[in-house]
Amino acid sequence: MSIFKKIMTAIRGGASEVGESIVDANATRIFEQEIRDAENHLTKAKRDLTGVMAQQMASSREVDRIKREITEHEGYAVQALEKGDETLALAVAEKIAALESEQTTQQQSLDSFEGSANRLKDLVKKSERQVAEYKRQLSMVKTTESVQKATSAITDNFSSSNSKLLSAKDSLERIKAKQQKFDDQMKAAEVLESENSDNSLEAKLKEAGIGATDASASSVLDRLKAKQK
Amino acid sequence: MNIHTIANHLNTMADSSETGMVFDCQPISGEVDVLQISVVDREELPIFLSVSDDQILCITYLWGAEEVKSDKLHEMHESMLEMNIPMPLSSFSKIGDKYVIFGALSINSTYDDIEHELAVLSNNAVEIIDDMSDFLI
Repeated sequence: MSIFKKIMTAIRGGASEVGESIVDANATRIFEQEIRDAENHLTKAKRDLTGVMAQQMASSREVDRIKREITEHEGYAVQALEKGDETLALAVAEKIAALESEQTTQQQSLDSFEGSANRLKDLVKKSERQVAEYKRQLSMVKTTESVQKATSAITDNFSSSNSKLLSAKDSLERIKAKQQKFDDQMKAAEVLESENSDNSLEAKLKEAGIGATDASASSVLDRLKAKQK
Repeated sequence: MNIHTIANHLNTMADSSETGMVFDCQPISGEVDVLQISVVDREELPIFLSVSDDQILCITYLWGAEEVKSDKLHEMHESMLEMNIPMPLSSFSKIGDKYVIFGALSINSTYDDIEHELAVLSNNAVEIIDDMSDFLI
């Protein structure tokens, strides 16, 4: 059964009740141990791979050396034949035969190293995918558990603080009302601000002798004098 | 990163937040530590934050199954599925008989990431309840 199905079954099956756990803690610990084991195997496989690849490189160098030596001796053999020295040519040919058999052996071990390296590379890739998959599954189980525990903590907190959960619509109404109040306050502040700036403008105009001026004693006297006439 | 360092950050930030929201944090103790985060003026829709090995989970409760008009349940589920991708950063879920929206962050997130997540989650929650209120009693 996939981990998705297990979690779904556990949630549907009422494991969501407070205090009950999806997967028992022991199983989680075993799973974690399995992941650690798999990671250890992976590290070991990577180390083995490095060793095999080093051997592969050495073997490949050896094959090249033998090839070079064979070419070299073939040249010697031809030269000996050109000089008509059949005996020497035969001796060189024997050496070449020995080199060729050595080459066959070395090539075989190179092939075998290559095979092992490829197998190990595949194994490492497969193990890496496996470990990543295990970790993802463990994360799902742990998250589900953590959410359940968090939920029970939240529920306990609500029931102990005696605060009643509002319905979604009531909550929204309250939030909107607060937002409205805030907006109104901002608007009121803006109006007040603009009124204040009007006042200050008036004051400046008055100072400059523009617009309505305060009734002064002399202006009152002037008015009375005008009436007398 | 744990709920206490997050709480300290959010509480000391106060008015200097980038999001214009003021957060009030209250740790809830239990088997898993949970931080109850109230957004000022939106206290009705608190955000619950918990930190696990690899992620930070932020959850807001939307409504209970009993608040859904029985003949609208299917339609509501369809709308929620359709809205799941367009809704920025948050996703819908159901915990027990409560519908929730949540956001999950990497454990390596910065405080700015968390603050942004909380602000978006809060906005999403308010808007979604408004948009879905036709389905609710």
